[in-house]
Amino acid sequence: MMAARQETVARVEAIDVDAYKYGFTTDIESEKAPKGLGEDIVRFISAKKNEPEWLTQWRLEAYRRWLTMREPDWARVHYPPIDYQDLYYYAAPKSTPGPKTLDDVDPELLRTYEKLGIPLREQEILAGVETRKIAVDAVFDSVSVATTFKEELAKAGVIFCPISEAVQTHPELVRQYLGSVVPVTDNFFATLNSAVYSDGSFVYVPKGVRCPMELSTYFRINEQKTGQFERTLIIADAGSYVSYLEGCTAPKRDENQLHAAVVELVALDDAEIKYSTVQNWYPGDSSGRGGIYNFVTKRGDCRGRNSHISWTQVETGSAITWKYPSCILRGDNSQGEFYSIAVSNGHQQVDSGTKMIHLGRNTKSRIVSKGISAGKSQNTYRGQVSAHRRADNARNYTQCDSLLIGHDCGAHTVPYIESKNTSAQFEHEATTSKISEDQLFYAMQRGLTAEEATALIVNGFVRDVLQQLPMEFAVEAQKLISISLEGSVG
Amino acid sequence: MIKLANEADAIYEAQYQTMQKSGAAQRRAGSYQAFLERGLPNRRVESWHYTDLKAALAKPAPLAAGDERKPLLARTHDSIRLVTLDGKFRPDLSDLSELPVGLRVRSLHEALADDNPEINVALWPDGAGAEDAAVALNGALMQDGVVVSVSSGATIARPIEFVTLVGASLPEAIFTRSALIVGAGASVKAIETAGVLERETSNATQLNHLLALRLEHDSKLDMLSHISGFGGDSVSVFSLNAHLASHAQLKAHQLIEGGGLLRRQLFAALDGEFAGASFNGVTLARGRQHADTTLFVDHRQPHGASHERFRTILDEHAIGVFQGKIVVRPGAQKTDGVMQSKAILLSDGATMNNKPELEIFADDVKCGHGAACGRLDQDQLFYLMARGLPRGEAQSLLLEAFANESLIDISDYRSRDFVLERIGGWLAERTPS
Repeated sequence: MMAARQETVARVEAIDVDAYKYGFTTDIESEKAPKGLGEDIVRFISAKKNEPEWLTQWRLEAYRRWLTMREPDWARVHYPPIDYQDLYYYAAPKSTPGPKTLDDVDPELLRTYEKLGIPLREQEILAGVETRKIAVDAVFDSVSVATTFKEELAKAGVIFCPISEAVQTHPELVRQYLGSVVPVTDNFFATLNSAVYSDGSFVYVPKGVRCPMELSTYFRINEQKTGQFERTLIIADAGSYVSYLEGCTAPKRDENQLHAAVVELVALDDAEIKYSTVQNWYPGDSSGRGGIYNFVTKRGDCRGRNSHISWTQVETGSAITWKYPSCILRGDNSQGEFYSIAVSNGHQQVDSGTKMIHLGRNTKSRIVSKGISAGKSQNTYRGQVSAHRRADNARNYTQCDSLLIGHDCGAHTVPYIESKNTSAQFEHEATTSKISEDQLFYAMQRGLTAEEATALIVNGFVRDVLQQLPMEFAVEAQKLISISLEGSVG
Repeated sequence: MIKLANEADAIYEAQYQTMQKSGAAQRRAGSYQAFLERGLPNRRVESWHYTDLKAALAKPAPLAAGDERKPLLARTHDSIRLVTLDGKFRPDLSDLSELPVGLRVRSLHEALADDNPEINVALWPDGAGAEDAAVALNGALMQDGVVVSVSSGATIARPIEFVTLVGASLPEAIFTRSALIVGAGASVKAIETAGVLERETSNATQLNHLLALRLEHDSKLDMLSHISGFGGDSVSVFSLNAHLASHAQLKAHQLIEGGGLLRRQLFAALDGEFAGASFNGVTLARGRQHADTTLFVDHRQPHGASHERFRTILDEHAIGVFQGKIVVRPGAQKTDGVMQSKAILLSDGATMNNKPELEIFADDVKCGHGAACGRLDQDQLFYLMARGLPRGEAQSLLLEAFANESLIDISDYRSRDFVLERIGGWLAERTPS
């Protein structure tokens, strides 16, 4: 514990207030669709991906629907209107006609991922002592550039590939499940995504298979004035298990960039999906310039009996986060979990939370949300828990705690708790406070500086959630939290 | 000129035109403008997320004409009674003959005619309450009410009771606004009673009532509100708008027995250091009743404290709503805010919606909320039944205890007994499930 703490503190000290270490850009030639959005662009993307006609039509339908929709304004976030015609909806590194082998990938790209600490070369991970294997799908702007460990996964029957490839190789699966959790008509950003999504990951774990390694997707926005619209679809067939990690970064730019992703999870009978995110998009500089608008729709459908979906997220990046990973607890005895740490500093705005929709009998859900706001940031937890008439014995426990560091930040809690079933039992607790003077005094009296003491207390505050993360991620997340709070103690 | 979109708006426009002539024209115009900008709230308005007033008031009833009858009113409380019947303050039914020293009572009409700035500021409170469309409509169409001022330093021993009654047998729309101004250092008890006059009273009344409280520096108000008896097709909005200066203390309890669609809104602005407010309440609803309690506590100054404890019991197909929002403004350091809402659903057809919110802009605060919803604890029920209590009695006992959790702070034992008796009566009427 002591060593980890010292490391954290050292890390914090080593960087400047504005240090976002993934803020570099990669100089690589890219191919873009013309700026703006219209049916021609939708068709262009669809053609680029060599998609079947049904998918092109599906996209066009989404696009036409999108034209009739209004941007949502209920979240506690403020930003100037987005000009959707001033964006590139498709950008791909030129040298990659499609991910084949790693040798075909532009060395510049490989260097980028090396710099980001993402292992794309399988031998690197295999060499030497035994470490846990992680299969990675790397998405660069609009396309997937590499997917590792595909063969080993294939042996277990697991399909892990870019969704654009899955459309070609497993069209029946894609057609069956795409849009079945987040319908085309769901919301403004999801509908936009349906129209213009360019790539993302596809996972199918067959019946009874426990996925032999962690799966991971790494998202990187590089190009200027591009929006990233990726689509992830994970299907866990009966009795299977998969753990999936997601990471993301972007270069420092003065402009705001749009990221509107859709993630759909389907868990059939007795299946379990564990989805972890460490979101570290560029948050903008200390005066609030630049940064990513992260408008994401994530939803899991516990479709089968005894299915289980768990979301864990560590949110430290993005200028604006608008994100509500949800679970539809449809199958009897299904379970949903949501663990979240949202750290905001500078001028960041976070409006995040979850939805637990209890439809089946004996469904259970648990929400643990920890918000930490510092600087001039605003951090909102917004969550919904509902039990429908049929949801006998539904059970929810929600805990959301907020910590405030500094005078100019805000922490807000907006839960919606709706019960239509007498046997449903819902409990919700929330607290907001600052770091206790007593705790600080206690720690400092034992020789820690204010900064060290704060780091220690914050780590304790978020511990419940960190414990839910896979090991490698937990360490990374812990460091990330310290870095995000840098400069806020004083 | 804003285009009138539908029938309801046209009716309100016509009613407003008639009210324009009855004093405070300018302020009415301001309120009406605010109403026009917002329109009747529907579920898209966040603070009305679970109650669709627009749908419920699609056909506004004609304005109440007043009632000249002189009914004999039973006395429930040993209080100084101030009665408003069918939208009209009735001195003849009120206890005006022996008012204690330091107490001044006027009808709303007199108060508006006076145009006294002190009273105006009490009658037209600022803040969240003023932004509400139902309150704005009340400001435009208010027919009458009663304005009570307590002089500085006075202590009034007998509670002041604001009685709002409906007696008309045909559906009518009633808009009333009353105010209680408690001068610096004064100490007062108040009771707010709203109900119907008799069995023949229409069950489709549309009532919109506002009681504004203004607590000056270091004053104290202890109050109990009891709303009951409104019929199945009635639509009522009862607003309480409290403004607290420094060191002022407000302790408010309420018992709401559902009727038709009923919305209770509590707005409190803690506008001075060390101001303290507590709101506690029990809501009982059955049949197809819709009972909404929405609370908004605005901490504007440091060292404020607010405590809220609400219990809701829902039977049959009733819908219960609790929305509570604690706002801590920048600079309102050392705020202590705790809010708790618990509900018991007695039947599978019942629905409870809880939305406790925190909105905090100051770092050195301690705020929390809790919300829970479920059925009666089956183990407790079993325990009582194993000791020989019939199921119904065992349930009633547990429910009474549950409700009592938010009543323990009522300092006046008579008020507390009264509330418990009402709850007992409500429980006795139900068939055990």
